[in-house]
Amino acid sequence: MAGLTLASPSAEPRRGYSPWRETWRRYRRHKPAVVSAVLLLLLILAVVLGPFVWRISISDMDVVAGLQGPSLAHPFGTDDLGQDILARMIYGGRISLAVGLAAMLVSVFVGTLIGALAGMSRGPLGYALMWLTDLFLSLPQLPLLLMLIYLFRDGLKAVFGPEGGIFILIVLVIGGLRWMPVARLVRAQFLSLREKEFVEAARALGASPTRQVVRHILPNALGPVIIAGTIDVAAAIIAESTLSFLGLGFPPDTPTWGRILYDAKDFLDIGPHWALFPGGAIFIAVVAINFIGDGLRDALDARKVI
Amino acid sequence: MALLDIKGLKTHFTTDDGILQAVDGVDISINRGETLCVVGESGCGKTVTAMSILKLIAMPPGKIVAGEIIFEGRDLVPLSSSELDDIRAKEIGFIFQEPMTSLNPVLTIGEQIAESLRRHEAVTKKQALERTIEMLKLVQIPNAAGRVHHYPHQFSGGMRQRVMIAMALACRPKLVIADEPTTALDVTIQAQILDLLQDMKERFGMAVMLITHAMGVVAETAQRVVVMYAGKVVEEAPVDELFGNPRHPYTQGLIRSIPRIDLDAEHKTRLEAIGGSVPILINPTPGCRFAPRCKHAMSICAEREPRLREIAPGHRIACHLGDAQ
Repeated sequence: MAGLTLASPSAEPRRGYSPWRETWRRYRRHKPAVVSAVLLLLLILAVVLGPFVWRISISDMDVVAGLQGPSLAHPFGTDDLGQDILARMIYGGRISLAVGLAAMLVSVFVGTLIGALAGMSRGPLGYALMWLTDLFLSLPQLPLLLMLIYLFRDGLKAVFGPEGGIFILIVLVIGGLRWMPVARLVRAQFLSLREKEFVEAARALGASPTRQVVRHILPNALGPVIIAGTIDVAAAIIAESTLSFLGLGFPPDTPTWGRILYDAKDFLDIGPHWALFPGGAIFIAVVAINFIGDGLRDALDARKVI
Repeated sequence: MALLDIKGLKTHFTTDDGILQAVDGVDISINRGETLCVVGESGCGKTVTAMSILKLIAMPPGKIVAGEIIFEGRDLVPLSSSELDDIRAKEIGFIFQEPMTSLNPVLTIGEQIAESLRRHEAVTKKQALERTIEMLKLVQIPNAAGRVHHYPHQFSGGMRQRVMIAMALACRPKLVIADEPTTALDVTIQAQILDLLQDMKERFGMAVMLITHAMGVVAETAQRVVVMYAGKVVEEAPVDELFGNPRHPYTQGLIRSIPRIDLDAEHKTRLEAIGGSVPILINPTPGCRFAPRCKHAMSICAEREPRLREIAPGHRIACHLGDAQ
């Protein structure tokens, strides 16, 4: 046994240098992505902890103090009804970010499921699922979104309450129309991974097909999915803003970033601050998330030397 | 009774150009505790034969169209995939050719070795870890207790092949099929891996089916040798008999194509090669498949296919040449 290797055993780290640690090392090299991650974290902290620090209610009205620019009492100014914009932004940020994350989870889940089934199938199922994907890709999204919301809004409102119902509806509708790129990615990954030698080796060890997929193929396909997922968060935030801006999102008295922007559009000339803050928040969140996706792509792509 | 008895195995693949008869009527038997080498050049059906045993070929396009694979008195061909899962790794282990790509990059090697233990034996996580470390020690991985938590990219090619061997042997199978386990490794590591396989074989008393195209490996490890050509067995003999008295022209060609350090230095002979290449096995011509490349080909060779027949105890060939002599 001795003399087979010259490497001294004591030099080996006790724990393995896992692929995830390596990814983190590579991610840290991407400066904009690191800054973006910090920014996004601050944004999330602000909307989660904000209401405990900034105690003005979103519905406190003071019509006399309407449409004021930023001041000490109202750092982001007030809207036409004298409501505090900072408080409404904090509340709206919770909804906007939650919608983004939840819609991403829906689209990644559906996309991975369909892509995995299509990628593993050697028969007609795979083709059928890809046709379905192409069909969904060719649907005009905005009219469909509007129609679905019109159709189901009242039913869901009755069951889950006005905010809960709309939240579920918007998340499902946005996520349900964004899974196609993920499905294509996952299918492509599966088509190549399922022929890999280590999957064959797992088969030779008696691993069942489910186990081969869940334990051996899926973790290897996750890199591109994570990247697509981050981009999806940004897209879902924008989609929610669009819906709210069209007046179809959450009820008028529930502020989301898109809704605040919608309310502000009539006062752009006399109260530009009203639109600037929610617009800026959407911009920062989306840019940060896209940079994070960029950083992850560099970090997870093993071929790129960093 | 033989441990594994393959009778008349035919594995065909459906391709766009027609049916590819990759394995066409192969008989191979392996006794308990024996090392059997299967040799032949690339594309002659060695790997497909081995993969057919555990049905590891892609089906479709592959299909076992005829034959029996009898392992311990039980035919494996009609078994379903989940029934075979109980035999894979537990009864028959498989060592792959490419150690660089046969390990999952996102799992530690310990997790991968423990996987078959946990699949086939009722062991707890802790017991599986202990057995895994023990296996790594057996395959001579230094600092096994620490290395068990490492990922494949932290190992060299030779070390990964040791890990592959540990994976294949963790459940103490009765038969190990090693598909060119040393082809991807450099020569010094090859010798170590072959020694290790030999050592493991003696320790566990298992049979080994070693697939290779290196005649040097055959001479070093085998007790019996099966020579395959174009999807058929052309010669089968105990190792000394095969090297001392090769009867099939193909076997003779294979043996002559080994570089000889003793002769070459004095006589400056050219290394002999077998001209031509393995035929594509879609609609093969009738008669002996080696005939187009055979120096001794006769008119009968193109007409009638030679049967495998015994010419001495344990020595069988499929060639018309023997008839004439």
